[in-house]
Amino acid sequence: MTFNMNMTTIVMQRQLHSYFATPIAYVFILMFLVLSGVFSFYLGHFYEKGQADLSAFFNFHPWLYLFFMPAIAMGLWAPERQMGTIELLMTLPIGQTNAVIGKFLAAWVFAGLALVLTFPMWLTVAYLGDPDNGVIAAGYIGSWLMAGSFLAIGSCMSVCSKNQIVAFIFTVVVCFIFMVSGVPMVLDSFAWAPQSMIDFIAGLSFLTRFDAIARGVLDLRDITYFFAMMALWLYFTQVMLQRNKAK
Amino acid sequence: MIRVQNLTKRFDQFTAVNNLSFDVCPGEVLGFLGPNGAGKSTTMKMITGFIEPSDGKVSVFDMHVSQDPQAVQTIMGYLPEGAPAYGEMTVIAFLQFIAKVRGLKGEQAEQRLAKVIEQVELAPVLNKPIDTLSKGFARRVGLAQAIIHDPKVLILDEPTDGLDPNQKHQVRELIKGLAKDKIVIISTHILEEVSAVCSRALIISEGQLLLDGKPDELERQSRHHNAICLQLADEYADAQQQLASIDQIETVEAVAEPEDRTFMLFPKDGQMLLPEVVRWLDDKQWEVENIHLEKGRLDDVFRQVTRAQTV
Repeated sequence: MTFNMNMTTIVMQRQLHSYFATPIAYVFILMFLVLSGVFSFYLGHFYEKGQADLSAFFNFHPWLYLFFMPAIAMGLWAPERQMGTIELLMTLPIGQTNAVIGKFLAAWVFAGLALVLTFPMWLTVAYLGDPDNGVIAAGYIGSWLMAGSFLAIGSCMSVCSKNQIVAFIFTVVVCFIFMVSGVPMVLDSFAWAPQSMIDFIAGLSFLTRFDAIARGVLDLRDITYFFAMMALWLYFTQVMLQRNKAK
Repeated sequence: MIRVQNLTKRFDQFTAVNNLSFDVCPGEVLGFLGPNGAGKSTTMKMITGFIEPSDGKVSVFDMHVSQDPQAVQTIMGYLPEGAPAYGEMTVIAFLQFIAKVRGLKGEQAEQRLAKVIEQVELAPVLNKPIDTLSKGFARRVGLAQAIIHDPKVLILDEPTDGLDPNQKHQVRELIKGLAKDKIVIISTHILEEVSAVCSRALIISEGQLLLDGKPDELERQSRHHNAICLQLADEYADAQQQLASIDQIETVEAVAEPEDRTFMLFPKDGQMLLPEVVRWLDDKQWEVENIHLEKGRLDDVFRQVTRAQTV
């Protein structure tokens, strides 16, 4: 099956349409904006730091995404299987690859929209000081790439269950594992292992990768990592779709 | 032409479709008949490329479904069982989505949409979310999405399920109107539907093909074929025994419905005995309230073959 931009776009548009068909999408974005603000100002001590950057804002993104991204992704496939529309979707001349990518892109665009709407944070630092806009741009790009990786995992989990809530929980668990693999506490427990293995485990972590980008270091390896994560989990999505679509 | 060869589908221990083979030519309206769980839907899912066969193959106009499902799906319209559709979308948005997938654009898309909306009479509900529609309308939305691109092959899984008699009639007329140069396959367990729309019927049970023929050929296999239903105007002594003595009559059964004094006369070997019976009644000077000839009953045949299978 071949990639077809046109079909992918049609699937993406339909999925986006379905996100905004109910007020849930708007409530969701509002919640995201409020929480990201609350985290930056109260937990991140945005003012007290006295720095004209958005590190207080970006530092909480992985934790926010841990719950927000699974919620966006859970509806990608589970309801299609629940309602039987998957039979319609898979017998239209769309192609599985295009359907998987189209749906994922819809979720990613949705997440991107929520992220773009945090622009008042940037306006705030720009008003208060003279921030390095390159670092902020890198932060936004890194954050969006990380969101994509969360969503790709969520897409796969959503194909594995007909129940959205189950898909949500599994996604949180898997994403959590990929996050904490970079936390010192976890890495310390591998103290017995050779350094190369510890580096590998740390390298799997969203946190390690994201921190680097959020500090303004756009390393090709980190970017590749996020794209590879997306490709891998979307591939898993397709494999599981093939197995589960008719069940 | 659709060619189904040795099609088999196994789910773990259970064989849903067992070595099924048949061909369908353009212009034919093929009816899949069978009890629930006979493998009708599974067969359709394999023809449309939704699931892979365990064995055997399906080709549609020489295109192999397993090898190039998209090419086959392009010329096919499919109404899955239960007519699934995106409930949160309005009817028009849903149909526009399907039209886009089907590659219809601009003027052409407008025309096809208008035509289909008229054909299945969706105009009153165009701007309603599909979730809020009655079962009849929802089913018609499913039909509309299947025919929007005027497909060469149309596969309809229980297209009239859940419709009221008027809607059923309407859908059947629609299918008959379509069928000129198309291949249409419908599945149903409503036998009258087969006589009404199908040019050919397959009876399937436990995944196997039991009978293949024109509806009237199948009806001829019924024991009711050329049977005479006779309602006498009066009580006559030993009416049943006397009727049974008519030449070439095999058996006579008393029918309690709709009224007493009604008998079903079964001829030997399905012969046409109406003139003889009428003459005989005339001789006897029995008053007749009502007399008619039975064409044969598909449900007889259906029960005969599917029961035999189960035993």
